[in-house]
Parts: sequence; structure tokens; C-alpha cells
Amino acid sequence: MSFVTLARIQKSFGHAAVVKDFTLAVERGEFVTFLGPSGCGKTTILRMIAGFEQPSAGVIRIGGRDVTHLRANRRAIGMVFQAYALFPNMTVARNIGFGLKVAGKPAAEIEARVAEMLALIKLPDLAGRYPHQLSGGQQQRVSLARALAPNPQILLLDEPLSALDARIRVALREDIRALQRKLGITTIFVTHDQEEALSISDRIVVMHAGAIEQVGTPAEVYNRPKTRFVASFVGTLNTFAGVVADPAAGALRLGETTIFTRAPIEGARAGETRMLALRPEALSLEGAADGANALRVVIEDASFLGAVVRLKARFGDTILLADVFNAVGLALPQPGETVELSFRREDVIVLEGD
Amino acid sequence: MTRGRFGAWAAAGLGAVYFLLPLIATFEFSLRMRRGQYSFDAYAAVFASGGFQASFLYSTGLALATIVVAAALVVPTAYFVRLRLPHLAGVVEFITLLPLVIPAIVLVFGYIRLYGSSSFLPLTSTSLGADALLMFGYVGLGLPYMYRSVDTALQAIDARTLTEAAESQGAGSLRILFQVILPNIRSGVLSGAFLTFAIVIGEFTFASLLDRPAFGPYLQRIGASRAYEPAALAVIAFALTWACLGLIQLVGGAPQASTRR
Ligand SMILES: Nc1ncnc2c1ncn2[C@@H]1O[C@H](COP(=O)(O)OP(=O)(O)OP(=O)(O)O)[C@@H](O)[C@H]1O
Ligand SMILES: [Mg+2]
Repeated sequence: MSFVTLARIQKSFGHAAVVKDFTLAVERGEFVTFLGPSGCGKTTILRMIAGFEQPSAGVIRIGGRDVTHLRANRRAIGMVFQAYALFPNMTVARNIGFGLKVAGKPAAEIEARVAEMLALIKLPDLAGRYPHQLSGGQQQRVSLARALAPNPQILLLDEPLSALDARIRVALREDIRALQRKLGITTIFVTHDQEEALSISDRIVVMHAGAIEQVGTPAEVYNRPKTRFVASFVGTLNTFAGVVADPAAGALRLGETTIFTRAPIEGARAGETRMLALRPEALSLEGAADGANALRVVIEDASFLGAVVRLKARFGDTILLADVFNAVGLALPQPGETVELSFRREDVIVLEGD
Repeated sequence: MTRGRFGAWAAAGLGAVYFLLPLIATFEFSLRMRRGQYSFDAYAAVFASGGFQASFLYSTGLALATIVVAAALVVPTAYFVRLRLPHLAGVVEFITLLPLVIPAIVLVFGYIRLYGSSSFLPLTSTSLGADALLMFGYVGLGLPYMYRSVDTALQAIDARTLTEAAESQGAGSLRILFQVILPNIRSGVLSGAFLTFAIVIGEFTFASLLDRPAFGPYLQRIGASRAYEPAALAVIAFALTWACLGLIQLVGGAPQASTRR
């Protein structure tokens, strides 16, 4: 059985339904990320797991035990906040040792554990400092150590990196992931940064307006987005409409051109319009191999991004972005030129709904 | 010097003259008790008089009790309002401001009616009861200042997030209040305390109508019957008030680092 289960969780503030029918199971030791735009309810769900908010409906279980109405201080959860939230009146060592002291652990044990945690977060010399004497990155490391020190059942992190500058953000996110693997702690991480989510997670929960859009591994969410929202939120994507010609053969018509998907289009009838998506990196200038799709497009612009060149191409009324490798000897098309862009059948993503 | 700068200096100078001139005149007058030369005779007379010592000690004790009760009342209230009842913040703030709006004389007549000798709780019939009534009255008078200072301090430390951080570490409400919140709003509580002290030390209306031997009525009595001592007392009272304000500056204005240890 899963370690953390959220069953049909709902949450309203007054009349505003902020979380709608949220169901999720997290395995022991798993690193799950909630990804979604601002205001979609990520923090609200995390706060319900932590016990700072009560769900309006639904059940939360941790380790098989129903904790829906358990007070926050009885849940044994480690929490890391965006604003660090270290206790300003305590040194780093006392901050980290706080939870152990609350639990009534003997002083010697607390001291040993604090030293161990300081080593884990690679700040062994800062035990005597006060929070205001630390940089943002250091404060967040201490906050992480404080959350982990009492050996919590789950670690919750609410946008822990968004107050830090880019370089520290990447370094700390790698450290968080390494530490999580080492300790094997079940972790839920909230972010609105898709790159962060893709790089750090075992599984990503993409959220939109209080509901789950898709749950999957980073590769699944990126390569096989289920909905247009997921497709556009995770990475850059070309979306356009196609008319289903033959669902069993996976054939779709785009104006005069027919393209094929790899598998039959499930649940579609001929003549129906479906939204399709293509990653920019799936498009290629090299001629179509056997069975591949091809579109004749007019180049509007080509911008050089280093390792890749981004082409802006017009296909009918649709603008397509294509990222092609900047191979030596590649002749870049000029604006106004008509070229053929090819892509494999498996790269065509048929989105659910419209 | 630009014209604007000059105007600003002129305004500041005018303000300083407005405040300082009477003060200097009072001080000068208080030194003239001995005929023909300046002396501190008036101050010596004041400090030597039994009435000064007794009433000043009484008011100091009362002020300390007031501060303890006010802090015990205000800190948890402001904290829980901020944390759990934010929609009531406006109402609570309005209530705490009432003592500024209702004249002291009205308040004290209300107290006398409610707690007079023929009431269900005749506090005024015993001297201890009257002391207690005076003290609770002062808690009310100091409320606007105490509540404001504490609430501002709570806002500055983001009390909600600190509370949640402590809760997730397993701490209960009392521990959070005493070990996490209070140490971090100490400067706010202290500045509320000094303002309360300044108010209680010189307060006249309550003390006089409840017939308590406080410093305010003593000042008033001396002022009516002597020539030089009232001036000396005014300077002393002024110095005390400024000492309180100075302490607030010292405690509240000092960089966080030095107040945290
Ligand atoms: N205590 C509250 N009272 C009323 N509405 C709230 C409350 N907390 C959150 N909301 C609303 O719930 C919605 C979701 O908020 P939430 O903080 O969960 O979003 P989020 O996904 O974490 O966004 P962000 O990325 O900006 O942090 C928002 O529209 C917010 O205004
Ligand atoms: Mg949030």
C-alpha cells in the first residue's frame, strides 16, 4: 500500500473551490513534485498534508493511518518554507535541534544529531551563527536540516528555491535530491518551475485550477503530455488542430497534407477535430525517413541559440517552432524559403479534449 | 544652502523653540529657590519630602504591575488574532483604540459605578481593591500603545510562518508562544511597556478620583501649594518620560543582532 494517500480531497475558502477532487498515492521513498501555475492550489494541498489546513472533504493517510484531523504537531512531518522561517532568536544549532528538544531527547543525543545534520548540509562550521548572519542559500540548507533532524515520516518543501539566485538554486536542488536519495525519505516538492520539476522528481503531478491534469515520470509528462495545458506548461510546444481521417490507421488531415500517428487514435471518430502537439526538437530539416511525416513550410525567421538553431516556420495559418542542431555544414534556410520539416510518427501527440 | 533646506531648518528651529523655551524657563525658575543665586534647593526639597518618595514608589509599583498584566493580556490576544482570527483584526484594533477616544473622566466614573461600595463587586471599599481597580484601569489606558507595539512586532517577524515551522517540529501552542514568538517580539513588548510606564507615572484623573496616593495627584497638590518645587517636579517628570522614550529607542531601534542575544 502507498505510504501517503490523498483520497478525493477538496478544499474551499468561502465560496471559492481551491482544490477539487484531488486523489494521489505517493510511494515510500518517492520524490513527487507538484507543478503548476501560480494560484492552482499547490501550497494549499501541501498545507493540508502538513496539517495547517483542514480539507473540506476527503481523507489523508500517512503510513496507513488516517491523519485528516490530526494536529500538525502530531504528524511528524518535516517542512521547508519558501521564506526559510528559521527561528531568529536561536543559533543554527538550536534551530536544528529544536524538534529533538521538543521530543524530549537528551542533550548529548541532540548535539550528536545536530553535528550529523550540519555535516549533511555541508555547513559544519556555522553551528553558532544566528540566521541573520547567513546567506539565503545557507539559511535554506539549515531549514532543510531542521526539517530532517527529527527523522520525519515525510518531507514537504514549498518552493524552497524560488527566493534564491539561479546558480545557488541549481546547486541546492541537486543537494536536496542527493540527500533525499541517501535518506530514502518520502518527499513532496512544490514548484512552478518546469525545469526544476523535470530535473528533480521521480514523478510529477501537473496541476491546473485545483485539479490534477496529469501524473507521470518527467519523461512521460514531457514526451506524452495528455492535455493541451500540460503540453504548454511543460516545455515549449507547437499545438495545432487536425481532422481525424482514419482513427484505426492513425491518419489525420492538416489541410492538404495527411500525417500519421504511431498508434490508432483512441476514442476518435472520422471527421472529428483533435488538438495535436509537436515538440520543437522533434522537427527536423533532414529529409523524411520511410514512414515519417513531412510538412511543407515557409521559413519566417531563424535564430541562432548556440547548440541549436530555432526556426520559425509558417504552415497554413499555424506558426511552428523547430529546434534543429547546429551541425557543421548544415545550410540554414533563409527567411522566405520553402522547406520540408519532417518528424517521426511517434512524436505526434494527440491531446485529450480540445 | 538652498531655499528648501533653509525653510526646513527654520521650521525645525521654530519647533525646537516652541518646545524648549518653556522647558528652559521652567528649569531656570526651579533653580531660583535660594534668593540671589542658582541652586538645586528645590530639587533637594522635593527628594527629601516623604510625599515624593511614597507616591513615586507607589506609582512605580503600579506601573510595573500594569505592564505585567497588560503584556500577559495583549501578547496572546494579538498573537491569536493574527494567527487564527485575522478577519477580527479590525474589530480588536478598534476596541484597543477606545481608551484614546473615551475621556479618562468618563472611564473612571464608569468604574466607580460598576465597582463602587454598593455594587456587586465593591472594589473601592478596600484599599487593595481600589489599587487593583486603578491598575486594571491603567491596563485599559495603556492598551492602545501596548497592542500597537506588540502587533507591529508580530507582523515584522511573520508570526504565522514561524508558528507553522515550530508546529511541524512537534511544538505545542504554549511552547511556541514562549520559546519562538515572545523572544522575537521582545522589543515590541518593551516599547509598549515603556510607553505604559510613562502614562502611569504621571496619570492624575483615575488616581485622584479613586483617591489613591499616586504620583500624579501628588504633583497636582504640590503645584497648588508651593512655588519652586512644582517647577523642579515638572523637570523631573519630563526627564523620566524622556528616559523612557530613550530606552524605547535603545531597545527598539538597535539592530536586530544586539537584541536577539
Ligand atoms: N486562506 C485563504 N483564504 C482564501 N483563499 C485562499 C487562502 N489560501 C489560498 N487561497 C486561494 O487559493 C488559491 C490557491 O492558492 P495556493 O496558495 O494553494 O496556490 P499555489 O499553487 O501555491 O500558488 P503559488 O505558486 O503562487 O504559490 C489561490 O487562488 C488563493 O487565492
Ligand atoms: Mg504556493
